[in-house]
Amino acid sequence: MSTKTADAQVAIANPALTATKVNPGASLPIGKVLKPLGAFFRGFAIIFIIIGLWEAFPRFGWIDPFLLPRFSDVVTGFFTLLKTGEFFKHFNVSIARISSGFFGGLCLAIPIGIFMGWFKTFEEYVNPLVEACRNSSVLTLYPIFILLFGIGEQAKIAIIMWGTTWVVLLNTIAGVKNVDSVLIKSARSMGVGDLTLLWKVILPAATPSIITGIRLGAANSILILIAAEMIGSNSGLGFMIFYFEARYAIPEMYAGVIFLALMGVTVHEILCRVESYLTSWHEKSIYFGT
Amino acid sequence: MDSLIAPPATPEGAVTKIEFRNIQKVYRVKKENGGGYDDFVVLKDFNLDVYAGEFLTLVGPSGCGKSTLLDLLAGLIPLSGGEIRIDGRIIDGPAMDRGFVMQAYALFPWLNVQANVEFGLTIKKVPKKERRAISGHFLELVGLTAFANRYPHELSGGMKQRVAIARALAFDPEVLLMDEPFAALDAQTRETLQDELLDLWEKTGKTVVFVTHSIDEAVYLADRIAVLASNPGRLIELVNIKLSRPRQGSRGSAEFGWIRHKIWRYLQNDEGGQEPIPELGVPNVAEVIDSRAAL
Repeated sequence: MSTKTADAQVAIANPALTATKVNPGASLPIGKVLKPLGAFFRGFAIIFIIIGLWEAFPRFGWIDPFLLPRFSDVVTGFFTLLKTGEFFKHFNVSIARISSGFFGGLCLAIPIGIFMGWFKTFEEYVNPLVEACRNSSVLTLYPIFILLFGIGEQAKIAIIMWGTTWVVLLNTIAGVKNVDSVLIKSARSMGVGDLTLLWKVILPAATPSIITGIRLGAANSILILIAAEMIGSNSGLGFMIFYFEARYAIPEMYAGVIFLALMGVTVHEILCRVESYLTSWHEKSIYFGT
Repeated sequence: MDSLIAPPATPEGAVTKIEFRNIQKVYRVKKENGGGYDDFVVLKDFNLDVYAGEFLTLVGPSGCGKSTLLDLLAGLIPLSGGEIRIDGRIIDGPAMDRGFVMQAYALFPWLNVQANVEFGLTIKKVPKKERRAISGHFLELVGLTAFANRYPHELSGGMKQRVAIARALAFDPEVLLMDEPFAALDAQTRETLQDELLDLWEKTGKTVVFVTHSIDEAVYLADRIAVLASNPGRLIELVNIKLSRPRQGSRGSAEFGWIRHKIWRYLQNDEGGQEPIPELGVPNVAEVIDSRAAL
């Protein structure tokens, strides 16, 4: 957007440029209309083709319809689940788990991360530990969590928290630690104290990094939620998918899988919007096209 | 010679604003070959008085401690010895009686231009209405009223530095500290900003302490130039610049060239310090005065 305005300004400032830029024929307006539409189609064309193939393969008997039911049956199955309310039962349970685990993780990770980023020596002591925790596969720890918390809600919430915490923590530390020292010097020269510096300079400067951590943490927490529900549970979306598979309710199983994919995309999309809203001041590279 | 540059003599009616007394600054650096520390003397026995309302430039080679001197004056780093006073009060930390402008602009990228200018006022807890009025006034002074709602990344280097100057002036400090503020700008923008700065200085009456490594810039701006030498950083010469103001177009003049050359010779001679500077065949005093008379 801004680059376009800049182009326009250049064009106004330099009439010679406009003259050479004039295109014979009306191809330009059409191109302008098609360009954004084109991007839209490029993204969805593949998905539509896959849906078409999905519908065609079982319909024409190219694949066993029991293993891969027709896409239309999957959609019907999903609406049946909505109608009977079975879907919402599991959905609500999953949302409750993920929100307590995810937000619990944030409440833990962000303050501790700010503290660790601020006190660099402390960070040096604990950094290897944090790295080890982040890089250990979360699900291998699940047996320990079950051992400690039982197979109830606590273990699931705790493991989601675990999966959220480390990536948010590391990004928060990095954000706080990498604040441009010139900005700190500038604020200090105005006699700013520690708390004001934290609130007015360090936190805003670290926001992009923290938000990136939150986005990664959210993706993690969905993955862990489903896995945890598949391992030891009798409710939730992860359980629901396994349950339908065990009962040979294959269209419903696929409906659950697709719903989770859509949920993941939606959460990612929302967080990207939040990120770009909160960091609109960030210098955007003009060297990559939109 | 005395008509253009003169040894430091307290001008009549001058009031001392800043006093540097026996300034020492020593950094401890790790020895290269193994254990222990070496003391690296950045500044040694530095003494200087800065007068109220004057434009003083500090010029010298890199490593002469001129930026350190400014950080000390800002209260950002501790002294190893001596004391700095402003209006007789000893400096023990940063405060809003001094405004700092850096080469790297240091604008807060998440705040728009107006909010950047108001930053110090927010710290001072000035009410919003008053803040708006003050930031509006200073944005007008630096000619950026139309850019109040832009963000720093949308501005050119020159515009960013104007914002930084407006921000430093907005909370009404008594002294403006400038650390090579124009060094990162292109030559044309630099000259424009020098003129704008002189204009602002005349309008606001602030005392300015301006660090630069450019002799040309130092001569163009200053009432007085403090020439520093390195290893250890120390004052070698104080020069009164008696070029009349405004100085637009004076850069090409013989007087300007002569003073610039004189300062350059001081910097060349910093080893011996006291050696007289030979007269080099460039216009001598009489000639300079003659050429002025001719103008």
